[in-house]
Amino acid sequence: MENQVSEERIKEIEGVARKVRRHIIQMVYTAGSGHPGGSLSATDIMVSLYFGVMNHKPEDPKWPDRDRFVLSKGHAAPALYACLAESGYFPVEELKTFRVIGSRLQGHPDMRKTPGVEASTGSEGQGLSMGLGMALAGKLDRRPYTVYVMVGDGENDCGQIWEAAMAASFFKVDNLIAIIDRNMLQLDGPTHKIMSIEPLADKWRAFGWNVLEANGHSIAELLEMINKAKHTKGMPSIIIAHTIKGKGVSFMEGAVGFHGKVPSEEQYKKAMEELKEADA
Amino acid sequence: MKKAAWNLEPQRPAFSRALVALGNTRKDVVVASADLSSSVGTAAFAQEFPERHYNFGIAEQNMISACAGLASTGKVVFASSFAIFCTGRVYDQIRQSVCYPRLNVKIVATHAGITVGGDGATHQMIEDLALMRALPNMTVVVPADAPETEKAILAAAEYDGPVYIRMGRANVPVCTSGKDCQDFEIGKATLMREGDDVTLVGTGIMVAKCLEAAEELAKHQVSARVINLSTIKPLDEKILVKAARETGCMVTAEEHSVVMGMGAAVALVLVENAHVPMRRVGIPDSFGESGEPEELMQKYGLTVDNIVDAAHDVIKRRGR
Repeated sequence: MENQVSEERIKEIEGVARKVRRHIIQMVYTAGSGHPGGSLSATDIMVSLYFGVMNHKPEDPKWPDRDRFVLSKGHAAPALYACLAESGYFPVEELKTFRVIGSRLQGHPDMRKTPGVEASTGSEGQGLSMGLGMALAGKLDRRPYTVYVMVGDGENDCGQIWEAAMAASFFKVDNLIAIIDRNMLQLDGPTHKIMSIEPLADKWRAFGWNVLEANGHSIAELLEMINKAKHTKGMPSIIIAHTIKGKGVSFMEGAVGFHGKVPSEEQYKKAMEELKEADA
Repeated sequence: MKKAAWNLEPQRPAFSRALVALGNTRKDVVVASADLSSSVGTAAFAQEFPERHYNFGIAEQNMISACAGLASTGKVVFASSFAIFCTGRVYDQIRQSVCYPRLNVKIVATHAGITVGGDGATHQMIEDLALMRALPNMTVVVPADAPETEKAILAAAEYDGPVYIRMGRANVPVCTSGKDCQDFEIGKATLMREGDDVTLVGTGIMVAKCLEAAEELAKHQVSARVINLSTIKPLDEKILVKAARETGCMVTAEEHSVVMGMGAAVALVLVENAHVPMRRVGIPDSFGESGEPEELMQKYGLTVDNIVDAAHDVIKRRGR
C-alpha cells in the first residue's frame, strides 16, 4: 500500500471489519466458548493489516516473501480466523468448526493446522519473540517482508515481552512492527488496577522503539501509522492502538465480563442485530 | 579397583567443531546463545559466521521463542546454554513455541548434572531429562563422549523436529570410538559389550562407568552386557527388551535424578514387556551441592562400585 488510500478503499475495509465482527460473535456463540471482547477490540487492526497493508498470497500461504502476522494475544483467534477466511485461506463455512474436536481451527492459533497462521500462540508473552526471530531471518536472507505482531495490553505484564523489546532494538529489526491492542482491560479487570503498565509509550521509547499512537478503530488512522512505521529505518516500531474491548457490540463495549464469556441466546441475537444494522 | 586407561576428552569442543562444520556445509544453520557462548562452545561459530549467530543476552525465554520464529522461516536453529538455563527456566517456551509447532530448534545443553561441581545445586541440572522427555514432539539425546557428541550434533541438524542434546562440563572418557562401535543414529541404542548374566544400560558419562563395571564383574565370572542408551526419547525398546529377556536382569546408570530420568523410562518399558529384576543407579531425589566432580559422584552414588553392587543385587534377585 502507498501513502494515500482512497476513501472508497477505507469503506470497503470497514465493511470487512463488520463481517469479521459478525463471524466472531457467531463463532464464539456456536462454540459455546472463546474470547469475544479482545477479538472485537483487535478487529479493525487485523482487518487493516490483512486487507490494507500486508503483502500476502492466500493461495500460496508459504510464499517465502510474504508479510507475516503473529497474534501474540492468541486468545483473539476468532478475529484471526475470520480475517484468514475472508482473505481466502480456507472456506468461510469452516469458521463454524471453531473449537470443535478434529477442527483445524483450534481454540488458540496453531501454525501446523491452519493455513495462514504464522505462529502457535496462546501462552501470553511469546509472540513478540517469535516475530523477532522471523524478522532476523528476513534480514539475514535479505527478504523484503515485514513482520507484524499484535500484542495485548495485558501481555505487557510479561517479562518476556521486555526481553524481546530490548533485543529487537538491539538487533535493529526495522522490519518488525508491533501493535498493542490497548483496550485497557485484562481478564481480572482494568489494566491499571491489575498491573500498571503506564507510562507505556515512554517504556517502549526507553527500550529503543519508534513509538506511534493511533485510534485503533479508525482504519484511516491505522493505515497511516502503519505506513509511517514501515518507513522508519534502523529501529523497530510499535503502534499503541487505543481500542475498546468488545467494540461494535453495545453491551460488550468496555465490559470486563466479556473477556472470555459467551453471549446468551438473547445477547447473541442482539449483537448480530447491531452488527447487521451497521452494515446497512 | 584398577581404573581403565581411558583417553579423556571434553564434549564441548566436539560440539563446537560440529557447529562450525555445519556452518560451512549448510547455509540454513543459525546459532543462538545467551551470554554463555564462550562457555558452551558456540563462540567459534560466532567468530566464523557472525551474521548467523545471535547472542540474546541473559534472556533465555526470548531466545527460545525467537529461535522458533527463525525456524518457522526454514532455518535449522541451534540454541545453547547451560542445562539449568535452557530447560526448566524456559519450559513453557520450549513447550509452546518449539514443541507444539514441531519446529527445527535444537537445544544443546552443556554443564548438565552434578559434575558441574563447585557451582553447586543452583547450577546442577539433574531433572532436565524428566522435563524434556515429557514433551510431545521432543527428541532427547545424551551423547556418551566427545566423538558421539559430534555425531549427535550433525545428526540433529538432519533430523526433522525439536531435539534436546545434553552434555556435561567435565572431561569424559572416550568410549564410543572403538572398532566394535556401531555408527551413531538418533533413536538407536548401541551394544557396547556382549554379555549374558546382566545388562548394564548407561547414558552420557555413565556409559564408560558401565564398561568399567563390566570389566570388574568379569573378574567375578559375571558376564555383563553393556548398552549405550544415547537416545532417551524415542527409546530403542527393541534392544532393551531383548537384553532383558536374554540376561534376565538389568541395571541403569545415569547422572540424573532417579525421578523420571532414563532409568524410569527404561523401567516402564520393562514393566510392559519383560518383567525382570532391575535397579536404577542415579542421583537420589535430592539437590546436589558444591564439590569436586569425583567426590560428588562418590557421595551421590554414581561410581563403578555402585553399578557393580546393583548388578550383584539384581542377579541375586533373578534367582538363577
